[in-house]
Parts: sequence; structure tokens; C-alpha cells
Amino acid sequence: MKVLVAVKRVVDYNVKVRVKADNSGVDLANVKMSMNPFCEIAVEEAVRLKEKGVATEIVVVSIGPTNAQEQLRTALALGADRAILVESADELNSLAVAKLLNAVVAKEQPQLVILGKQAIDSDNNQTGQMLAALSGYAQGTFASKVEVSGDKVAVTREIDGGLQTVSLNLPAVVTTDLRLNEPRYASLPNIMKAKKKPLEVLTPDALGVSTASTTKTIKVEAPAARSAGIKVKSVAELVEKLKNEAKVI
Amino acid sequence: MTILVIAEHDNATLAPATLNTIAAAQKIGGDINVLVAGAGASAVADAAANVAGVAKVLVADNAAYAHQLPENIAPLVVELAGGYSHILAAATSNGKNILPRVAALLDVDQISEIVSVESADTFKRPIYAGNAIATVQSSASVKVITVRATGFDPVAAEGGSAAVEAVSAAHDAGKSSFVGEELAKSDRPELTAAKIVVSGGRGMQNGDNFKHLYALADKLGAAVGASRAAVDAGFVPNDMQVGQTGKIVAPQLYIAVGISGAIQHLAGMKDSKVIVAINKDEEAPIFQVADYGLVADLFEAIPELEKLV
Repeated sequence: MKVLVAVKRVVDYNVKVRVKADNSGVDLANVKMSMNPFCEIAVEEAVRLKEKGVATEIVVVSIGPTNAQEQLRTALALGADRAILVESADELNSLAVAKLLNAVVAKEQPQLVILGKQAIDSDNNQTGQMLAALSGYAQGTFASKVEVSGDKVAVTREIDGGLQTVSLNLPAVVTTDLRLNEPRYASLPNIMKAKKKPLEVLTPDALGVSTASTTKTIKVEAPAARSAGIKVKSVAELVEKLKNEAKVI
Repeated sequence: MTILVIAEHDNATLAPATLNTIAAAQKIGGDINVLVAGAGASAVADAAANVAGVAKVLVADNAAYAHQLPENIAPLVVELAGGYSHILAAATSNGKNILPRVAALLDVDQISEIVSVESADTFKRPIYAGNAIATVQSSASVKVITVRATGFDPVAAEGGSAAVEAVSAAHDAGKSSFVGEELAKSDRPELTAAKIVVSGGRGMQNGDNFKHLYALADKLGAAVGASRAAVDAGFVPNDMQVGQTGKIVAPQLYIAVGISGAIQHLAGMKDSKVIVAINKDEEAPIFQVADYGLVADLFEAIPELEKLV
């Protein structure tokens, strides 16, 4: 079966972002950009499904600026077969991204779509669920285990109180949680090979999708800073402070 | 304006996060209706009707809603959406699962995990793991919002007397089914609702050593959490994870034991009122946010702390 994986180019998770002085956003000039960590897990899961003989073709798609091609090449080096970039210089909301992905889904007709559960920049945790709604597919979010059998997929989900397993009819949308797998690194020969794999560039207009939004960001601020307190010398002093100064025990 | 709050529950009890979500709805202003979608959930409906400030409780009782499958619940919420200015749910694993599906079906953007209400259409929410706070304004006809519970003090669970109304709509998409669940059983308070949280990190060395934290937690009436490092190492199950991708907590007292303090962990606990860090590495970043830091071997400090509190 065909598996579609969506990936997002985001600021690298090791970068400590700073808010711009004019409060218009965070400063992304000259910072390292990478594939969103949850998307790496999504790519890895698709590659494992192919290695198990469940998936026959992996198509990786990204919605983003021209240089999101770097992240698509990374996914190709990890084992995806071909890539699609829906190019948009604007920062799009989750609904617009879901609409664009839905147009790609309509074109590609995958049996399984795998996405990260959230991007570490906007922290929205929306796109997979929205794509499932628009495509009419079942959804298995926050997956820690994915097992395809016949025309169904069993997804074990990380929920607040523990784990939940649901069975979904295919085609379905799955979003990855941290413990689904540990992504591999791309080998140098595979990175070289990835340069020759096909990468198609589309536009929202060509897909006939409007990316208009009903929300706007008015300002972005640094969070209230928490200052370091004091070091205590002993457990006894700590207990005394908690009882008499902080009054929390 | 009338606001619909989707109740978080397990068919038996109303989850505390619903009370924080109703508090957010009160800040927006207007009549508040609560939707209880479940199976055999009349006790939840009664509890919701007792909550201060609730005008009406809608109960959709159907086997298809028993396990909160989003394929079934989302069309129900969409059917009820007409006439509401806002639809709110707690940013729990259920709320996060269901509400974006609702928003997409309504063709509106969702605003995730608000921590403050500036006005009826303007909200604050953390982005970049809490390293920035965005103020966003929505022009959507229906504003679909998830609420981070720690941003709002809960309303009183008693004092209301809302009318309870049955909703007959049955939606069974037939696309998904519930197979089973493994829920952690614990006599300790729930992590996100506890007044005191004791969390362990990689410094605990193994899962067995968490018994020291459990003993301390039981003495304090606290919940026990963990850093991602401790969960990834297999010391404790994933539902104990505090952090950007785990649970967000803001207790009166947070005691971080053997946790270095990666930004992803800080994102999950830095709104705690008082933070205590116990770590043998005095350079650990956790000390930069701790009100009280103790540089010590946790295996000596924790038993001593348990004796003294």
C-alpha cells in the first residue's frame, strides 16, 4: 500500500529561540532549521512499514518555503521514494496546511497518512486531526504502536491515563508520539542517492486551495522570566523554608 | 454569546480539567452550556449541572460515544455548533484529539492551549515550548479553542443548578472502534490536579528507585511525575511524563529530583508556584528556575526529606 508522510521544516529543537524586539514573532534569522522531531518519527515508521513489506511506496510531502526541500531530501535519504513540496512562503495555519494535504491525498490516494502529532514551533497539535476530518478518514493520534492488518490498522495511543488501542478502517490518518520508534540516521550513500529521487513542486493555487485564515497573531512576547532562587545547605533548611517562608507544606 | 464547553469525563466522573475550562468560558463571558457525550454518563451530567456558572447541560448518551472516538463525537459537536459563539474543550488527550476535527468540519482555525483570555476574540497561548507567548485574535464565526487547565483557576464544582437536556443525535461513523486500554491505577492524586508534585529524572538511575519518591509523595499527599529521560529509559510509564510533550502541571509545590532541567521539561512545570530542585550537579539548568535548590545526593536527601516533612 501507499503511505503518505507529511513533514515540516521547523527551528531545530536545540535552538533556544528569542522573541524579536518589535514583538512581531521569534527571530529565525540564521538559526539552524531541521525536520520537526515528530515528523522524523513519522518518516521512520513509514520506512519500517516498507521494510516489513506492508508499505510499497512512501511519498513524503511538505508544505513550506522553497528550502523545505532540504527536509524532503532528508526524508528521501531515510527511505522515502519520492517527494512533493507545496510551496508557500507564508506561514500557514494548521487548517490551511490540512486543506493542502487533503488535496495531495485526493491526488495520491494513500492508504495510510502519517504525520507528527505536533510541530515544535507553533505547538498546535491540529493538522493530523484536521486532515482526517477533511478527508473523512479515521484518525489514530499520539500513536505509540501501529499495526496494519488487512484493511484495518490498530493504533495504540498515548492518552492522559495510560494507553488506549483503537482499530481504524483504512485509509486512515496516524499521528506519532515520542515512543513510536527511534528514528535512524541517513547514511552517506543514501544521502547521495536521495539527490536523484523525484521531487515535485506544487503551489496552493495549482491545487485549488485557499489558504485564508480566520486568526491573526497580534504580538509575540517573551514569557515572564522566572528568576533563580536560593541554594539551601541542608534538607532541614529546605523543610524549614518550605514550611515557614513558602508555606506550601 | 453562548459558549459550549465539552466535558472531559470517563462516563463515571467529571474530570477536574472541565472546571478550569468553564473558568476560561466565564472569562470570555456569556451563557455556558456543557456537552456530556458518553454512554451511561448520567452521573457526569448531574455533576456538570452542579457546577457553578453552568446554564444548561446537554447529554448525548449513546454507545457510539462511550470511548470518545473523534470520528463519532466530532459530527455530534458540529451538529450542535449552530448558535454558539465559542466551543471549548480542555487541552487533554481527548480534547486535543477531538476538537481539531470539529474545527476542520466547521471550516475554522482552532486556537490551541490558551493560557489567558484577553477579550472574547483575543487569547494568549504559548508557542515554541513556552519560550514565547503569542497573542492571537480570531475572526471566526465560531471560535474553537482548547484550554490549558493550568492557566485558569477552576470554578466551584458545587453551587449550580443547570437544566439537563437530552440530545438524541446519534453519530456512528463506523470507521473506528475501541479495542482496549491500559490505565495506570493509582491512589495518589492525578498529576495535573495535584497540589504537590514530586518528579524524578535520569538521576533516579532505575525504576525501582522511584519507590523513594512514592514514599515521599505519599507523606506529602503528592502526585509523582517524571522527566522524558526517565520515561524513555523505561523507569516509569509514559503517562507520568511532565513536559512540553507530556503533561503540563502548575502545582503549589514542584519538587524536581535528579532532573537536569531541559527546556522541554521546564515547559511542563515552570508555572508551578514554588519549585524545589534536588540534584548533585550544581550546574544543572533546573537550578535557574528553582526557588530552592539543594545540591545533594538524592539517595541521601530524599529519605531525610521524607522523615522531616
